[in-house]
Amino acid sequence: MSDALTSLTIAQAAAKLAAGETSSVELTDAHIAAMEAHRDLNAFITETPDLARARAAESDARRASGDARGPLDGIPIAMKDLFCTEGVLTTAASHILDGFTPTYESTVSRKLREVGTVMLGKANLDEFAMGSANVTSYYGPVKSPWKAADGKDRVPGGSSGGSATAVAANIAMAATGTDTGGSIRQPAAFCGIVGLKPTYGRCSRWGIVAFASSLDQAGPMTKTVEDAAIMLSAMAGYDPMDSTSADKPVPDFAAALTGDIKGLKVGIPIEYRVEGMPYEIEEAWQKGVEWLKDQGAEIVEVSLPHTKYALPTYYIVAPAEASSNLARYDGVRYGLRVEGGDLTEMYEATRGEGFGAEVRRRVLIGAYVLSAGYYDAYYLKAQKLRTLILRDFTDAFDKVDVLLTPTAPSAAFAIGEKMDDPVAMYLNDVFAVPASLAGLPAISVPGGLSSEGLPLGLHLIGRAFDEETVLRAGQALETAAGFTARPAGF
Amino acid sequence: MTYLIQGDDGDWEVVIGLEVHAQIVSNSKLFSGASTAFGGAPNSHVSLVDAAMPGMLPVVNRVCVEQAVRTGLGLNAKINLHSVFERKNYFYPDLPFGYQISQFQHPIVGEGVVTLDMPDGSVREIGIERLHMEQDAGKSMHDQDPKRTFVDLNRAGVALMEIVSKPDLRSPEEVGAYLRKLRSILRYLGTCDGNMEQGSLRCDANVSVRPKGSTELRTRCEIKNVNSVRFVMQAIEFEAERQVDIYDAGDTVDQETRLYDATTGETRSMRSKEEAHDYRYFPDPDLLPIDLSQEYVDKIRAALPELPDAKKLRFIDDYGIAPDDAGVLVAEQETAAFFEAVADGRDAKLAANWVIHELFAVLNKSGLDIDESPVSAESLGKLVGLIADNTISGRIAKDVFEIMVAEGGDPEAIVEEKGLKQITDTGAIEGEVDKIIAENPGQVEAYQGGNEKLIGWFVGQVMKATGGKANPKMVNELLRKKLS
Amino acid sequence: MALDEATVRSIAKLARIRVADDDLPGLANELNNILGWIEQLNEVDTDGVEPLTVVGDAQTPMRQDVVNDGDIRDDVLANAPDAEPEFFTVPKVVE
Repeated sequence: MSDALTSLTIAQAAAKLAAGETSSVELTDAHIAAMEAHRDLNAFITETPDLARARAAESDARRASGDARGPLDGIPIAMKDLFCTEGVLTTAASHILDGFTPTYESTVSRKLREVGTVMLGKANLDEFAMGSANVTSYYGPVKSPWKAADGKDRVPGGSSGGSATAVAANIAMAATGTDTGGSIRQPAAFCGIVGLKPTYGRCSRWGIVAFASSLDQAGPMTKTVEDAAIMLSAMAGYDPMDSTSADKPVPDFAAALTGDIKGLKVGIPIEYRVEGMPYEIEEAWQKGVEWLKDQGAEIVEVSLPHTKYALPTYYIVAPAEASSNLARYDGVRYGLRVEGGDLTEMYEATRGEGFGAEVRRRVLIGAYVLSAGYYDAYYLKAQKLRTLILRDFTDAFDKVDVLLTPTAPSAAFAIGEKMDDPVAMYLNDVFAVPASLAGLPAISVPGGLSSEGLPLGLHLIGRAFDEETVLRAGQALETAAGFTARPAGF
Repeated sequence: MTYLIQGDDGDWEVVIGLEVHAQIVSNSKLFSGASTAFGGAPNSHVSLVDAAMPGMLPVVNRVCVEQAVRTGLGLNAKINLHSVFERKNYFYPDLPFGYQISQFQHPIVGEGVVTLDMPDGSVREIGIERLHMEQDAGKSMHDQDPKRTFVDLNRAGVALMEIVSKPDLRSPEEVGAYLRKLRSILRYLGTCDGNMEQGSLRCDANVSVRPKGSTELRTRCEIKNVNSVRFVMQAIEFEAERQVDIYDAGDTVDQETRLYDATTGETRSMRSKEEAHDYRYFPDPDLLPIDLSQEYVDKIRAALPELPDAKKLRFIDDYGIAPDDAGVLVAEQETAAFFEAVADGRDAKLAANWVIHELFAVLNKSGLDIDESPVSAESLGKLVGLIADNTISGRIAKDVFEIMVAEGGDPEAIVEEKGLKQITDTGAIEGEVDKIIAENPGQVEAYQGGNEKLIGWFVGQVMKATGGKANPKMVNELLRKKLS
Repeated sequence: MALDEATVRSIAKLARIRVADDDLPGLANELNNILGWIEQLNEVDTDGVEPLTVVGDAQTPMRQDVVNDGDIRDDVLANAPDAEPEFFTVPKVVE
């Protein structure tokens, strides 16, 4: 019975709730049981079962009095622990935010709460969302529910690794993620779920612990494209408290899922055929091309000449912004304080102990590329590259409606791999980062399994504020792929 | 009036540039909805944004931008339609974000000019380099606890304008005149209340010296946060002499930040700031650029009040008052308005005299501002009118004014009630004149013998006899006639 | 532009992050690897290209000048590690 409840999609659960075939309390209890049964995955930093049951009961009461708030009312979800949640510990998976309990609720989590979702807990992530394997969390690595033939634990991807694992393991019906340079899409690909990074500015950043302000964007991680559309409609919208929030109407994204992609022009960027790309990635990509073509899309080769520079550009821009955004963690107003003899010692001890190795690396790189004498060579250069990368996309979207690429250059790797080589780790996001730099919407949809039996993702990038086309094409891929594989034991 | 410092081998000139931090008049802070009011309980005027809580984001205050543009226009400066907020990164307990949101490469206001009328009648034009918006810091209190510094963030995030002059100032007097003029312009514009004691106007001075006649710029020292015009002038005087002494001794001046100590009148090195800063400025990615339209700027320009320079010219032209007096009257908008009300339809020069001399004396003595004046502009105007139409003499007017200050009341009523009307009846005055001449034959003889100064004594006698009410001019004329 | 240990130490100082002396060589090596990889950007001619700071062409929204926040001292101080009833505190600063 409870397996049946935890395997539902949002759309299915909403129908059952509406028909009175189940209740939010029942759904929530089933998911809480799953959360407790799979603690070994370490998908959550904080579980909030009492809060969840209370909100589920409220949802059922609303429904009983005819005040249900739509398809998300009563749906149990996981909240990436980068969203500040009122009265609930918020850590960003960092030691430096020890004990931090916000007195406020982020705009996105508030919106989700207002439409009736039930928060199960705060999902694990890479520290400050810096990572591609969810191995940098102060609270320990997250395991993917997927195992390869070798039986070794696999990374869920990152940084939204806890969110991806929770959804893939049927612990949460959906989850929130944030994506700065692939942090929704890459873990979605690794865990065989759908992950959507909306256009920069589509969802408010207010109340989300900042990593890199010009790139950070919240988005849904779900079992299906339809669920992603439902979640996005609730998460998106103009927020006057975020100066970079886009003052644009929010369409009914689910309504865009017409299933019709006839005549859609799909671009295949030739520069994404990178050297040394595993054959199975190439093969999955080619399958995606065929699937879209079969449904009436027109396939066009396009060139994005500056693609190879996107990742190094990102590794200047994001650390630079992060080095400044993370300056506020100084032991004075919240979180960890490690005492020292004087003020400077207190700062250095607090930040030295409070930040993990990857965060430290990025903060130092960021401080360096902004420092006197290096600003032009690094930061300004990167900003100019960003212009060229955006221009590549603008030119491509003169010719096509959407771009199709692989989400990641490989399937999930074993926990512990690539730990000693930051650059090798960074390369995970080589396909995800260009869209981040250009602020474009992009989705990862499961496209099949690798030879080792691990999920592979297909990636669609759309025009700014055209999530509708991205979702419609994503659903076309989803339908054709017919991805029904489940991790063993889930 | 060149200000020079005598060194061992010749005269030295001082080169000064000022960075003035002016708190923008606004209800709420530059990037949050917390109050800017002074005197709140510690950490009460603080929002989650001001405390840099995780995930909090800045949104710029419309009025602060408008005030910066208005100030730029008041300084005859170029308004940059495109400007950018940047982050200035450094760690300090009163800086919650770990960076100050400021403007660096693209300030909202570019070059402008402030005109100074110096006491010797010369006119100096001081260049404005730029004006930019930035956040104020909070307050650290070091004396509340033996081991800890306490932090109050009430001021953190309050909007400031940093107004940077070119190194055009050459003496403490020019610095004083510049600061007073700047304050006057800001107050006219309503963009800063100019209160140095409360810290809404703060000044850092960059000071260097060079041999007279040279055009080089030598190493400068920055004197921080001096909180009165007088102290700034003293600090510069001390600092310039200190630097000349260093050069005279064959040493070189170190570029450093120095603090002025008002109790000793000296500047001293600020050790804690000696560490080289690397502020790592970069555009704040939480804020988009500010792009203004020319129409927006023109609209603000059209609504600017008449500023001190224009008002002064008008006072000279329309009222015929002396430039110095006009300068005094326009320094404060309230004074100028008070004067215009007094002078309305009356003898403007007389009105100016009464405001500047009699009224200011009373105000200074009692430490009152013009808007707290015990005598209203309307009443003072009536008094001026009574003098001008010869109803009372200037001397009687002073008595009436004293009554107005002490007890209030309408000057016309006071004059009526106390019977102070001037005697202009020739017959009445003639009677007194004849009487005095008859009673003082000795003085008459002396006067007629050539001691013409005695006329004053005769006038005094007649005035005394009439209780000061006789028209002095008529008394004078009658006496001269009858004594000749 | 290889970073030596002294430079890493001074950047760490700038960022107020204590790094143990033993960690410096390894850290310098990691940072140099990253920076070396980043330097491929020098292949691209960016003369005359405008830098991009934020995507989108919108201009910054502006708030009305109203006091609608503050007076939440308890919230502001709620998470402070060593707060007095009314203040944040830090180790004594000597000016």
